[in-house]
Amino acid sequence: MASEAHVQAPETWSPLFGRLTLDWIPYHEPILVGTFSAIVLGGIAAVLLMTYFKLWGPLWRDWITSVDHKKIGIMYMVLGFIMFIRGFADALMMRAQQAMAAGGAEGYLPPHHYDQVFTAHGVIMIFFVAMAFITGIMNFVMPTQIGARDVAFPFLNNFSFWMTVAGALLVNISLFIGEFARVGWLAFPPLSGSAFSSGPGVDYYLWALQIAGVGTTLSGVNLLATIFKMRAKGMKLFDMPVFTWTTLCTNVLIVAAFPVLTATLTMLTLDRYLGFHFFTNDLGGNAMMYVNLIWIWGHPEVYILILPIFGVFSEIVSTFSGKPLFGYKTMVWATACIMVLSFVVWLHHFFTMGSGANVNTFFGITTMIIAVPTGVKVFNWLFTMYKGRVRFEVPMLWTTGFIVTFAIGGMTGVLLAVPPVDFQLHNTLFLIAHFHNVIIGGVVFGVYAAVTFWWPKAFGFKLDDKWGRRTFWFWFVGFYFAFMPLYALGLMGVTRRLQSYMDQAWQIYFIVAAFGAVLIACGIACGFINFAVSILRRKELAVGGDPWNARTLDWATQSPPAHYNFPQDIVVSGRDYFWKMKKDGFKWSTNYQDIHMPNNTATGVIVAAMALVFGFAMIWYIWWLAAISFIGMIATVIAHTFNYNQDHWIPAAKVAEMEAKGDVA
Amino acid sequence: MRLSFKIPILLGAVASLSACQYDVLAPSGWVAAEQRDLLVISTLLMLIVIIPVIFMAVWFPLRYRADRPDLSDYAPTWAHSTKLEYVLWGVPIVIVAILGVYTYIYTHRLDPYRPLDAAEIGTEIGEPIEVDVVSLDWKWLFIYPEQGVASVNELAVPANRPINLRLTSSTVMTTFSVPALGGMIYTMAGMETKLHLIADEEGTFFGQAAHYSGPGFSEMHFDTLAMSDADFDQWVEKARASNDELSRETYLALEVPSMADPVKYFSGVDDTLFDRIRGLCVDEGKVCMDQMMMQDEMGGGGLEGIADKHKYQYDDQRAIDGFGNPIGVPATPSAPAHGHEDGETLSMNSHEGAAHDGI
Repeated sequence: MASEAHVQAPETWSPLFGRLTLDWIPYHEPILVGTFSAIVLGGIAAVLLMTYFKLWGPLWRDWITSVDHKKIGIMYMVLGFIMFIRGFADALMMRAQQAMAAGGAEGYLPPHHYDQVFTAHGVIMIFFVAMAFITGIMNFVMPTQIGARDVAFPFLNNFSFWMTVAGALLVNISLFIGEFARVGWLAFPPLSGSAFSSGPGVDYYLWALQIAGVGTTLSGVNLLATIFKMRAKGMKLFDMPVFTWTTLCTNVLIVAAFPVLTATLTMLTLDRYLGFHFFTNDLGGNAMMYVNLIWIWGHPEVYILILPIFGVFSEIVSTFSGKPLFGYKTMVWATACIMVLSFVVWLHHFFTMGSGANVNTFFGITTMIIAVPTGVKVFNWLFTMYKGRVRFEVPMLWTTGFIVTFAIGGMTGVLLAVPPVDFQLHNTLFLIAHFHNVIIGGVVFGVYAAVTFWWPKAFGFKLDDKWGRRTFWFWFVGFYFAFMPLYALGLMGVTRRLQSYMDQAWQIYFIVAAFGAVLIACGIACGFINFAVSILRRKELAVGGDPWNARTLDWATQSPPAHYNFPQDIVVSGRDYFWKMKKDGFKWSTNYQDIHMPNNTATGVIVAAMALVFGFAMIWYIWWLAAISFIGMIATVIAHTFNYNQDHWIPAAKVAEMEAKGDVA
Repeated sequence: MRLSFKIPILLGAVASLSACQYDVLAPSGWVAAEQRDLLVISTLLMLIVIIPVIFMAVWFPLRYRADRPDLSDYAPTWAHSTKLEYVLWGVPIVIVAILGVYTYIYTHRLDPYRPLDAAEIGTEIGEPIEVDVVSLDWKWLFIYPEQGVASVNELAVPANRPINLRLTSSTVMTTFSVPALGGMIYTMAGMETKLHLIADEEGTFFGQAAHYSGPGFSEMHFDTLAMSDADFDQWVEKARASNDELSRETYLALEVPSMADPVKYFSGVDDTLFDRIRGLCVDEGKVCMDQMMMQDEMGGGGLEGIADKHKYQYDDQRAIDGFGNPIGVPATPSAPAHGHEDGETLSMNSHEGAAHDGI
């Protein structure tokens, strides 16, 4: 409660440290001090181990400066999993708080802290977990699916990744220096304006998303250019695997939608920093404008997340059913429909903001129309299994779990699309249950399926089957325990983001939900144990290039692929070309040619590090540091354009040697 | 299809088990009941697709598993069927079309801006009652313009009479929500939204702010008391008996952020108050929203207008720190969030008053 001596010290500013003072270090918060100590100890242990095993050089040369799309893809996945731990810790904290704070009890998190936790949870899960995962999967898989050696702009790819990391770091720095925003994940003004959110929280939000957003937009441009310009000879658009199609559509959405986010956040930044009045109550500002703009980005964003996952499931279903995907063209057109329609539904996020009945009807019906191509996709997966030979490997388990869960989430989504129903359920826990139903049932299950499916391609050995199944079952059961009670609470009218509530009848539902979250925690733990166990048992789990008897070109490489991917250029004719190659008894010829590849570069990580410093300086009003780091960024980028040492040739003999090694494995 | 009939029965069973809890499923107002009906209709329509999908998602992989004894029906190249595609597109399109018709009808019938219609409701309903709602940080102010009274954190309404609500906010956005009576609507500063509800029966219904609005958000709830006309008149009398009047000055004191406020009544409400709250011009010397828009329409203040900027400023004086304490007002620095004395508020006014020369 605000009354009990909780008053923020008045803001001061000094030229050297800006508005950063010791008051902003939360050393009096035991939870944060504990977390900080754990991270420091873990960090020291990691540094010592790295030094002991002399891994700094390889880490720098082979990973940090790498422009190889596969390594960047893997690094995105690592980032995603690390941020997943953070985001999930926030989720557990919320579940614990709401399970406790009933009937006048305050729980253990005061609003000041709780409100940061739910904001951070949303921001991290969407921008630094889900986005990192799907960008990682697209990076790793798509270029090999189209028979390319790398993406169109390899340096840009590396730079995009490190900008995303810089954004993620800023969010995490806010844990220990200052505070994070207390505004919800979309930071609606006027609450997020300078008057009602003083302090650095919202500024952390703005700069973290802006810096990461640069990475996302550039990565979208990069992957689009890759699909359009780098396909293997003979591969027509309608010969591309469905995952590549969904990657194409997702990146069109990224390129079209992310600039809107950038512009919107820039306007909010101008409001906060320079006293503009885009979204204030007074002087002609209009906060509804922000709500419209942010959802014009925000709705396509959810399709940005789910479309590549539809692609993942398409590949998995057809591989494990031993059949081509049912209705390939339908699938492509359905994806394209969703891509276009996703831009004409944004208003369904605020039917309750007073639009007229005609407007609400229009956006309600467009939203329902999206359910049609989505439903068709589900049927296509089902009929791919029909009359197939379905192998119930772990990725297939996730797929089945996905279809069942996603169908339920789709249904509740259509309910929310009906305006009068939404008037009742808007902002309730029913909504929360709905979007977790589609994001966990869709994106998270899809990511686990994708990791299990492509892990052998990335590392040359399969993941352990037993731990994979445990991961699935904990997640699957945990999901229902965690979110079905929230549907029920939503039907009681309970709103989201409550730090405490009076009605004790609600408590049992929150306790069941917390139990579900614990089951999910077990699922996450099983997932990590699976990685560890499998790495230890990698010799027995080792597989060749095509462990699942797959159908697309990504499986034509060695496992793990050589960094040039394919020893020779491929000429493609038709769909599922690798399947055809296998049937024709294809072998690489031994007549290798020299291969042209890009060089690694440190520019990306250096510029991103400066962007991180720049963001931090802007958040704390340390103007001199902001100026220096900004000039540094520009200077480094200009200097990079004078670096003519950007590519190298791999001699044919070396290719032959590497291919021979791959054959033995 | 048999399953789909069980679902509403199941829902009904759950709702009746704890009828007082499931406000959305077992509401006490016509609007909410209509919304519930639409929820059930939409659910049933969706289940026509969802149930077969879930069934197929489990049955297909089991039926066509790779280790089945008889593989003769394995069709390794079967990947297209025009007939089937017609069905796959056709069924969802038909369902969405039906749902679309329902959506059109109900969205227009239940448009929150549309006054309730006795013919549609079908029972005798009394004269409507007007209530003006203001979401303050972090409490609800209900003004009864016809009765000249106001209350904080308690909404009293006569049952079986339409409730015509006009809503606005003093600072940030939030949402007015009484699930037992019907859907919610946003409250926004400088703007007015409308909502029309009715309580079909007497009772006490849970009401809340349903859009996160800052540190005091969780405690920003209120009871909605639906009562007989006679009881309502008594309630109004109780409010009229209050010594607290709601003038522009006392409103400014009330508006100061506070949390978990007790119920409070006001008599003698200033007639222009709601319009001024909506116009961001309760403070003496501020230009109201409608006047500002008219000035803009006529070309704006131009460079000469810069000197008048303070007449249009609103947010900065209401700035709060991370714990919800006001910092925008240059009053005593350690002002607690609770219990602002009128004296402090008045000093704020006189400070403001010094800087302007009236509208």
